Amino acid sequence: MKLGKKDILGIQDMSVDEINLILETAESFLEISTRDIKKVPTLRGKSIINLFYEASTRTRTSFEIAGKRLSADTINISASTSSVTKGETLIDTARTLEAMNPDIVVIRHSAAGAPHLLAGLVKQSIINAGDGAHEHPSQALLDMMTIQEKKGKLAGLKVAIVGDILHSRVARSNIYGLSKMGAQVVVAGPATMLPRDIEQMGIKAYTKLEEAITDADVVMMLRIQLERQKQNIFPSLREYAQCYCLNRTNIKLAKQDVIVMHPGPINRGVEISPDIADDPDCSVILDQVNKGVAVRMALLYLLTGGNE
Amino acid sequence: MKLLLKGGRVIDPASKIDARMDVYIEDGKIAGCGKDIKASPGARVVDLTGMIVTPGLIDMHVHLREPGLEYKETIATGCQAAVAGGFTSIACMPNTSPVNDNHSITEFIRRKAVEAGLANVYPIGAISIGSEGRQLTEFWDLREAGAVALSDDGKPVMDAALMRRAMEYSYSLGLPVIQHCEDKNLSAGGLMNEGYYATILGLPGIPAIAEDVMVGRDILIAEYTRTRIHIAHVSTAGAVRLIRDARKRGLNVTAETAPHYFTLTDESLQNYDTNYKVSPPLRCAADVAAIKEGLADGTLDAIACDHAPHGRTDKEVEFEYAANGISGLETSLGLSLNLVHDGVVTWSELIAKMSRNPARILNLRKGTLAPGSDADITVINPELTWTVDVKAFHSRGKNSPFHGRKMKGRAVLTIVGGDIKFDGLATRS
Repeated sequence: MKLGKKDILGIQDMSVDEINLILETAESFLEISTRDIKKVPTLRGKSIINLFYEASTRTRTSFEIAGKRLSADTINISASTSSVTKGETLIDTARTLEAMNPDIVVIRHSAAGAPHLLAGLVKQSIINAGDGAHEHPSQALLDMMTIQEKKGKLAGLKVAIVGDILHSRVARSNIYGLSKMGAQVVVAGPATMLPRDIEQMGIKAYTKLEEAITDADVVMMLRIQLERQKQNIFPSLREYAQCYCLNRTNIKLAKQDVIVMHPGPINRGVEISPDIADDPDCSVILDQVNKGVAVRMALLYLLTGGNE
Repeated sequence: MKLLLKGGRVIDPASKIDARMDVYIEDGKIAGCGKDIKASPGARVVDLTGMIVTPGLIDMHVHLREPGLEYKETIATGCQAAVAGGFTSIACMPNTSPVNDNHSITEFIRRKAVEAGLANVYPIGAISIGSEGRQLTEFWDLREAGAVALSDDGKPVMDAALMRRAMEYSYSLGLPVIQHCEDKNLSAGGLMNEGYYATILGLPGIPAIAEDVMVGRDILIAEYTRTRIHIAHVSTAGAVRLIRDARKRGLNVTAETAPHYFTLTDESLQNYDTNYKVSPPLRCAADVAAIKEGLADGTLDAIACDHAPHGRTDKEVEFEYAANGISGLETSLGLSLNLVHDGVVTWSELIAKMSRNPARILNLRKGTLAPGSDADITVINPELTWTVDVKAFHSRGKNSPFHGRKMKGRAVLTIVGGDIKFDGLATRS
């Protein structure tokens, strides 16, 4: 089977078969990162541009390592060093890059829909590495891969996503992906962090952490951004932590074998208490990072016509 | 010039006429309406069998972009779009560059319109200097220069005390105040209607209450000061309800809506097409239903398209950075005719909302075919089917979400002051 699409823009328009194909392909790439010589020639001669209009360390690094381990040439462009500051439009930047004939452009942008604009304009494959509060498909795929590995399945699990759902592309992509794969998704956060009509996505929303995580198999905590305080989305980190920090006490409400996830970077003591974050029995945060490289290798491989 | 329009169905709500008759025009005025008028020597006779003859259509809310933003539109190209769309009179908002907040810019707009020699152009002056919401403009002087109303459209007056003073001062001059109702604190950062589609698209929402709160506030100010208010481009069910209640209590509140608010919903934004980005934003299906009810029961007096032409550079960008607005003058009538096709309003009601009612709100001696009136006439072929093609727009603004849409009914003859300014009678389906 091959991936029947030019671009990876979101999980919303992905089928269960496509998700399974990506996860299985990623599984086969996991081993490469454990080798002494972490490189295979699969994508030799292919060029991949990482076009990052928003600050990112882990996602950009993860895509870069994924490309390099497959022997592709990866080029990083960040907004601060590109012609963006000179006032060039995204469309002109895209056409310029297109003329240099890369194979894949990975884009991260603060404006929702920017990767879609690009995908409609250029012939190259576009991977959305996060657009505004819209989607972050590679993150959801690595999250699903991590859960599947730890739990042996996705269907039938209860997954609680907690935090600033309103501004979270990770939440949206995971809601689509996990729901498609048969998991039951619930979200929780203060009412100011729950987007309007979120339950129309087929999930349940709570304002109490305790209600959401009760009997959960997976608890996914989202990063809180301090600048939201200025917008009065929440009054203070102190109060947020008192109501929504996952700790030794409230975690008892979840299933005994619960796993705890976080897309990173963590605010220790705000979203997750340090002893939970560092507890190897439940925290799978570093597994997520590890799976991230494999999932991104799979995406690059499948989009450049691998498996044909 | 003498012109005899023979055999059309004449619909003139102001004179309560809806019958097959002839209209005779002489020296720029309506000389008479009646059955079988005999052509006098030298008169041009136009056979309008099967056509609908109405008072010249009036759009009371357009943006002509000149002075300052001529790459989007000029007064001349805006007027070409107007007459091609069946409009004989348009009122233009003051958010030009510089803002129309003084006598000389108002005069400039009128002079440019006369030079263009197509439609009647009525400038709307700014409420506050630079539309910055701080200091009142010279209302009396603006009126002397030809302004017919006042508005800080696009930059709503957030200061309630300033709005109160504007409504009191303008009322004594007979100038209506038109408010773009949007509480800027509630809408801050928003890019589309707040609701399910904003949630799944990850775009910051503009809640319906951003509009409703200000509609409610301005109705209260109009009531307290015993003045009047005109609400621009109503888009929400809540605003329709507030206006309906105010009218029931006898308050002097009038309102308009735009074709996109009874045609499209926020569901259309799913592929981030910036042509659907407007202010106020496209709302949900329940709002669209409420707008239609408001049109049907008369709560919404007028249809105005909020013609907002933009250049490609304003729209071919990320959704977040794209300008708001639709180039609407050449699709407004076609979309509004759907209200008749769908049985929402009658022919007579629709024509009233597009001629007599806006004339009444702006105190214009227009919008009727009564003898002695200016011979501003629109002839509509109600059966003509056509497809919207932005490349064929007369407007410089090709920004329309209606490109490719099938329409039924179109203006085929636009007469301003007795002269034919647009002739599409030869157009076939």
